[in-house]
Amino acid sequence: MQRFWFLTFDGLAAGAVYAAFALALVLIWRAARVVNFAQGAMAVATAYVGYAVASATGSYWLGLAAAVLSGLALGALVERVLMRFAGAGGPLNQVIVALGLVLVIQAVLGMIFGNGYRPAPAPFDTDALTIGGVAALSPYDIWVLGAALTVVALLAVLFTRTPVGLRMRAAAFAPEVSRLLGVSVGRMLTLGWALAAGVGALAGMLVVPTGLGLHSHAMDLVFVVAFTAAVVGGLDSPVGAVVGGLLVGLILSYVTGYLGPDTTPLAVLVLLLAVLLARPGGLFSAARARHV
Amino acid sequence: MTATPTETTPAAPSPLRRLLPGAPPGGGPRGSTLLRHLAVAVLAGTLVVLVTNQLAPYQNLQVARVCAFLCVTAGHTVLVGLNGQLSLGHGALMATGAYTVALTQRGLDERAVGGWWTLPASLLAAVAVTALGGLVVGLAAARLRGPYLAGVTLAVATLVPAVTTIFTGVFNGEQGLRFPAATPPAALGAYFQPERWLAWIALAAALLTMLLLANLVRSRFGRSLRAVRDDEVAARLAGIPVAGTQVLAFVVSAGCAGLGGGVYAVLTATVAPGKFPLDLSLFLLMAIVIGGLGSLAGAVWGALLLVALQDLPGLLTEHLSLSAGLAQRLEGNLALAVFGLILIVVMLAAPGGLQGGLRAVGARLRGAVRRRPAPGGRSPDR
Repeated sequence: MQRFWFLTFDGLAAGAVYAAFALALVLIWRAARVVNFAQGAMAVATAYVGYAVASATGSYWLGLAAAVLSGLALGALVERVLMRFAGAGGPLNQVIVALGLVLVIQAVLGMIFGNGYRPAPAPFDTDALTIGGVAALSPYDIWVLGAALTVVALLAVLFTRTPVGLRMRAAAFAPEVSRLLGVSVGRMLTLGWALAAGVGALAGMLVVPTGLGLHSHAMDLVFVVAFTAAVVGGLDSPVGAVVGGLLVGLILSYVTGYLGPDTTPLAVLVLLLAVLLARPGGLFSAARARHV
Repeated sequence: MTATPTETTPAAPSPLRRLLPGAPPGGGPRGSTLLRHLAVAVLAGTLVVLVTNQLAPYQNLQVARVCAFLCVTAGHTVLVGLNGQLSLGHGALMATGAYTVALTQRGLDERAVGGWWTLPASLLAAVAVTALGGLVVGLAAARLRGPYLAGVTLAVATLVPAVTTIFTGVFNGEQGLRFPAATPPAALGAYFQPERWLAWIALAAALLTMLLLANLVRSRFGRSLRAVRDDEVAARLAGIPVAGTQVLAFVVSAGCAGLGGGVYAVLTATVAPGKFPLDLSLFLLMAIVIGGLGSLAGAVWGALLLVALQDLPGLLTEHLSLSAGLAQRLEGNLALAVFGLILIVVMLAAPGGLQGGLRAVGARLRGAVRRRPAPGGRSPDR
């Protein structure tokens, strides 16, 4: 039972990061009908920036801020320079361009920082605290959970309570009408990409210390898991992304704990295929408006 | 990706005419298409065999690798370019073929079964097993669209290497498997270069794949592929089974990838999960896009590009005499950055890729040749 609780807390902490990352995917999907396959590579690039700043200034928090800011900038840049022009040739083209971006980013990171793993120290203790004899969350897990859930809450407020959020939602759902009503759809799209990449950068900074270290491929598996989380929740639903992220985090934690870490990747694949074949719209899809 | 198969005007420009099935320049029946492809294949095969006789062992291995990759890129470009299904999992399919060959060869060797037929049988097994794997993915794929399919196949490519560490007893984990090498038959003489024999095996596989695919693309099925890609609803209205076509396209493409992967494993007589990382799947896609999506000739450029990507970095760092640290950083990464950039530029500016560009140049040259005699004597018209 002790083990179960430990795995549950561990899964929730990992799930919070998946949720934030899945949310970043959903943000772009809702705004532009693109799955950003470069999300993982972009997050790694910003994490490199973050840790470079952190080691130069000696402050993790300055590094975190630098990572998120560079994420915002990178997202806007990618949208303005690449994705805006890739959309004309069909949805496949955007995916291929994003994959090209993955190759370029990973190669450039390898050229600048080398191909080895770089240490990525966590800002808090990663040893689990014991509460009433049960090994529960570590201080770092609490920080991860808190940061991820705060971002989710802030995004929810932004989208439902502010004029900018309203404009962004309008631009995503009815571009023509919103353009007629004076919303700059293009600018909203850029803002959406920037926000998503910023959230991705934060998720990257949170997840890197829990892995082997900083590496240009550090987010490959995280991206696949986050994609699975977004699909489980439904690519159209931000709430679904959060619930899907936590759910996938829990499932993977149990699988890793009870069946061994080698089976984790297979569990992701099985989960993804099962959800797509049984309920392609995700668990939170309302109506199948896009069914052909 | 933009050509429509519904164009029927007789004066169609040449790129379109090449896509039109059953309408070769001679205007003959389907049999002549097969003969034409056969002639090209025999010619290309003879040429490459003659060239391999002059090459050093390492160069012959390069030829062999190009041929092995050609099996994969040709099948991949048919799936992505002609059927519009974006698969990022072809690296994993290659791995499936490679491991099938390794396990079959080892199994036969353990039972002391030998003979010339063992290698073709293993490769055939690789095609069959991979096609079966393709059927499973394809059945899921037929229900998925665009980014969902790309995501699932990406997951397959990321996660399949993990299978080798789960079932360590069968696949021997990260170490991988060694299996008996393909030795040249005694009839060729005792001093026959083994690498040349490998190149011939790979060449045979590549030619067979290209011949089958070239005919397939120009058949009724090829037309269905393009129709489904361009408009699913219209294709269904025209009586084409959409899901069936998509699944079959995936199976065919997977079979080609399995053959290519199997041959690739034969070249080194080893398989290991490290040879089939996620990057390989991305490289395959990059190769067919830069070569020219949907074009078999583009697949040849793609295969050449893949081998260049493997071999260029070593050459570059050797000749530039860089410091050890810098050389290690540039190794692989520089070529990758350049090709990744080319991929993006091609996708944004010239979706036809290398082959599309060559075709445009060819068409312009032909136009110029035809126009030149016009002002002097226009005898044919009068």
